[in-house]
Amino acid sequence: MASHSESIIREPLITGRDITYAQITNDVLRPVENMPGRAWWIGFVVASLGACLWVFAVSWTFWYGIGSWGLNKTIGWSWDITGFVWWVGIGHAGTLISAILLLFRQNWRNSINRSAEAMTIFAVICAASYIVCHMGRPWMAVYSLPLPNTYGSLWVNFNSPLIWDVFAISTYFSVSLVFWYTGLLPDLATIRDRAGSGIRRKIYSFMSFGWTGSVKTWQRFETVCLILAGISTPLVLSVHTIVSMDFATSLEPGWHTTIFPPYFVAGAIFSGFAMVQTLLLVTRKVLGLENYITMFHIEAMNKIILLTGSIVGVAYLTEFFIAYYSGGEYEQYTFLNRFIGPQWWAGCMMYGCNVLMTQLMWFKSVRRNIAISWVLSIVVNIGMWFERFVIIETSLSRDFVPSSWALFHPTWVDVSIFIGSIGLFFTMFLLFIRVLPSIAMAEVKLILKSSSEQAKKKLMAHGDLDVEQVEFYKESLIKFDSVEITDYQKA
Amino acid sequence: MSSTKYILGLFADPDEMMHGIDLLQKNSVPIYDVYTPMPIHGIEAKLGLKDSRLGFAAFMFGCLGGTTIFTLAYYMLVHDWPMNIGGKPAFAIPDFVPITFEWTVLYTAFGMVGTFFYATHLFPGRTPRVMDYRATDDRFVIAIDAKGNTPHDDITKLLKEAGAVEVKHNDRKYVSYE
Repeated sequence: MASHSESIIREPLITGRDITYAQITNDVLRPVENMPGRAWWIGFVVASLGACLWVFAVSWTFWYGIGSWGLNKTIGWSWDITGFVWWVGIGHAGTLISAILLLFRQNWRNSINRSAEAMTIFAVICAASYIVCHMGRPWMAVYSLPLPNTYGSLWVNFNSPLIWDVFAISTYFSVSLVFWYTGLLPDLATIRDRAGSGIRRKIYSFMSFGWTGSVKTWQRFETVCLILAGISTPLVLSVHTIVSMDFATSLEPGWHTTIFPPYFVAGAIFSGFAMVQTLLLVTRKVLGLENYITMFHIEAMNKIILLTGSIVGVAYLTEFFIAYYSGGEYEQYTFLNRFIGPQWWAGCMMYGCNVLMTQLMWFKSVRRNIAISWVLSIVVNIGMWFERFVIIETSLSRDFVPSSWALFHPTWVDVSIFIGSIGLFFTMFLLFIRVLPSIAMAEVKLILKSSSEQAKKKLMAHGDLDVEQVEFYKESLIKFDSVEITDYQKA
Repeated sequence: MSSTKYILGLFADPDEMMHGIDLLQKNSVPIYDVYTPMPIHGIEAKLGLKDSRLGFAAFMFGCLGGTTIFTLAYYMLVHDWPMNIGGKPAFAIPDFVPITFEWTVLYTAFGMVGTFFYATHLFPGRTPRVMDYRATDDRFVIAIDAKGNTPHDDITKLLKEAGAVEVKHNDRKYVSYE
């Protein structure tokens, strides 16, 4: 059937007294159909200044070469690869939400998947830009593709994890883009049909591919989404697995470990959800989407952060144990260096932010506090940046030959590209919430009749429910900042 | 002779629309199509829509992708320019697994979505053939071909009875054409 009521003990996914289908459209499209407010403009100006800095620093790198970075003979990878892995990792949450949670039929993903997928795409753009910059001669990037050339042909080496990475990242980016855009079609059609006439209608008409919402299109659309989710799930796991193999297939102490693939994937989802949290906590407030991105969503994401953060913590412990147990003195020295080496502070940031701070999420009061959640989400992202920095930099700085030990000192170009890439990311995200619906309207409408607060209210008014369950439900509503709790007290 | 081309029943609620479909079918009124702002589960069975064969297409595209890259890798590293890397075999099958997997996924995604767009006539810039503008917003629209389905008043009555908030008699098939 078109709709069915779900158990009363499940918390509502859409709050608010009288949300109708039209109301959902109006709420979601408000930022798209109207001029943005002051908060958006301030954010946009700041972010685009960052993006300008990125353009400048990247152009500088292209002009003068990567000698303008702080790299030296010992440390050939540093902030560039740190930034690359960090951004790719951030991207992973979007696919987790859109694909894995779809397969698990987690309906709460419906309100957050659109913006999380957009975030994935923008994060992968930032990551890919790092790789191209780090090539030094970006116009040579074409040689990473297996194309015929005048040197023989000299083919790419498919035995190299770096080539696997080229395939993984490009596939990941294009499949994510297709998945995201296919999902956007119905919502673009909604904008088109509301636009009246004029340039806006023409643009959205072009972009919506002539979508009408007929039965057959919807039915095929759902098949496509399900299969895309099915293939994106192993894809997203493979991407960070292959990223980790960039390190794990080498002989460098601290990199040469078999735990890397699962450890990297968990870390990626961990940092990705933290970034989703950072973005959505602000977005829901600024765009007034509290009824769709509710406290339930925030808490659910915090639980995933806690889970993946703990997996990362276990991976850290395993790494230490294996370093000790392997008996390899270089391996042991590398791990000691994370605490007592010259960059002990980076190690402390990594373990402190990722493991210790996330354990606070065990407390309900922390998980349900928006301000603390927001701060913690940023702490996690700082921690995850340091994780990659520690893995890459402390390992390289002191490996087998003491005479070649060196430290890395970033130049202004390193710092500018990093800060600039954050600016670029936020610029793209802000443009996204301005011109495209930041919530998948069709998918939210799908759960309106089963999982919304008003549907549950109707269910309670209808009676025949277990009193204990109703009490349980009412109690669960207290945490919601978007529920008028007085409605329930008088009843 | 009435100039009505299509009769549209606009519903505000998906369950009432499903009821409308049942009612029309019970009265042997053929339904042209149904337009909804969101997917309605179970409707395809009512309207006798065939199962999608996109899964099959996806599988075939996946096989094509995997075969293509594996063949390419074999040609490049084994046949065209084998390299001696520490005496290890040039045909290093485990090393070809990641790229084979990636291209399987890549071809599956692009092939299937391309087939979907082709089969449902979706492409950039296609003129939208919209019967009612609110069908992508908050109305669940049942469209009935008015030609041959008479009397129109009976159909209107059926739709109203099922709970349609509005019944339109359109002289044009698509309202979106200028």
